[in-house]
Amino acid sequence: MTVKFTKDHEWIAVSGTTGRVGITIYAQGQLGDLVYVEVPAIGKALTKGGEAAVVESVKAASEVYAPVSGKVTAANDALADAPETVNADAEGEGWLYEMEIADPAELGDLMDRAAYDAYVETLH
Amino acid sequence: MGHDDDLKYTPLYDLHLELGGKMVPFAGYAMPVQYPSGILAEHKATRDGAGLFDVSHMGQAYLEGPDVAGLIETLVPGDIKGLKPGQIRYSLLMADDGGILDDLMITRPVDDADGTRLFLVVNAACKDQDFAHIAARLAGRAVLTRLDERALLALQGPKAAALMAGLGPAANDLTFMTAAPVDVAGIPCLVSRSGYTGEDGYEISVPTDRAVELARALLAAGAAPIGLGARDSLRLEAGLCLYGHDIDPSTDPIEASLAWVLPKRRREEANFPGAARVLAALRDGVTRKRVGIKPLGRAPAREGTVIARSGGDAVGIVTSGGFGPTVEGPIAMGYVPPELAKPGTKIDLLVRGKPLPAEVVALPFTPHRYAKA
Repeated sequence: MTVKFTKDHEWIAVSGTTGRVGITIYAQGQLGDLVYVEVPAIGKALTKGGEAAVVESVKAASEVYAPVSGKVTAANDALADAPETVNADAEGEGWLYEMEIADPAELGDLMDRAAYDAYVETLH
Repeated sequence: MGHDDDLKYTPLYDLHLELGGKMVPFAGYAMPVQYPSGILAEHKATRDGAGLFDVSHMGQAYLEGPDVAGLIETLVPGDIKGLKPGQIRYSLLMADDGGILDDLMITRPVDDADGTRLFLVVNAACKDQDFAHIAARLAGRAVLTRLDERALLALQGPKAAALMAGLGPAANDLTFMTAAPVDVAGIPCLVSRSGYTGEDGYEISVPTDRAVELARALLAAGAAPIGLGARDSLRLEAGLCLYGHDIDPSTDPIEASLAWVLPKRRREEANFPGAARVLAALRDGVTRKRVGIKPLGRAPAREGTVIARSGGDAVGIVTSGGFGPTVEGPIAMGYVPPELAKPGTKIDLLVRGKPLPAEVVALPFTPHRYAKA
């Protein structure tokens, strides 16, 4: 399984042609305490860079974008009653949705862990 | 955030950094939006214990002149002449067209025997224009002196009084909406029993050069530092207006559900700016009314969210909206037509294009717990 990252602080863990998507630990830290998470409906078609989910902190709502194009195959419905899971474990239990990846070539545009970590360093 | 020449800094800026405050620009000042514990924990620390807020960005001033209460009554619709020494009034600085220029606290100092002095506290974003407006309107009759050499701290929460008992016990002789000079931690302060959270507590005006010393004493005694994020969620749960959002130059006090700031005498005298519009609104009714709104699901409805009749057309707008940590759910305030303003009325909130069911509710969302006389 490989994990890739976007500049908008999403991660996608890829196995075969499916990917599990969430926001990064850095992103949850920037957002602060989350109080609401809206995950996409199963079957929803996603376009790379398009809106896929919404995470809301006490202060503000933020869109979560699709790292690649594809179709939603599963959603983490447990977040409806426990949005704080994203704060506690953003890159684990706090995943948002799973998708069937339409074009694996799009993954090539994303960063690996080392490149993402270096990118985050530039934001401080 | 590094130093930015366009921003102003309160005397507590370095202390905020030391405490890990996440600094953001607010009303021209670098202010902490939160500390490392986070907005939810800070909110709860204030509701359950005692929170310390830096509100030094707000404007403080003395207004002095013969019959100063009568003079300021030409600018606000409240009963200021009726203030006894040491009493505080919440009021509104009125535009000539009946809109609201700002909301403010007006205190008659406890040592003002002859009715010649008032202490004013106004919003940070409005202070320059407020003070210019007051000084210009009362030119030749009263003198406004800005107290830019004073900081302002708020200590709020159910344990604020116990905390104050150790540092400035005379503050606990004050009841809600009264003020007096009190030494707190050995520092001469002007303490008001008031606040912006719905909780018991104090607003403490302190000389700038002793503000850090006072803040450290309050923190050492057990107060938690609280940022602007929790300040906003606390005041929203308390149903209190945020100027520039829930009230502004386009809203009149009746639409804003602030008719209680206009006592009978002032209505009869009808001699405050905008009285024609305001009294007409009282007599004939208004086309919109500020109400509390409880989304029935879990999604927050933010400021700017369109309000629609249940299953129907757009009729209003959310002016403050977010998550209430004590309510444990989304809460909002906004303007709706008067026929929809009754608590229990079902409405829709158009969140990301989807109508979400909500209900008009009575304010506040969390009961006020003031130290009433």
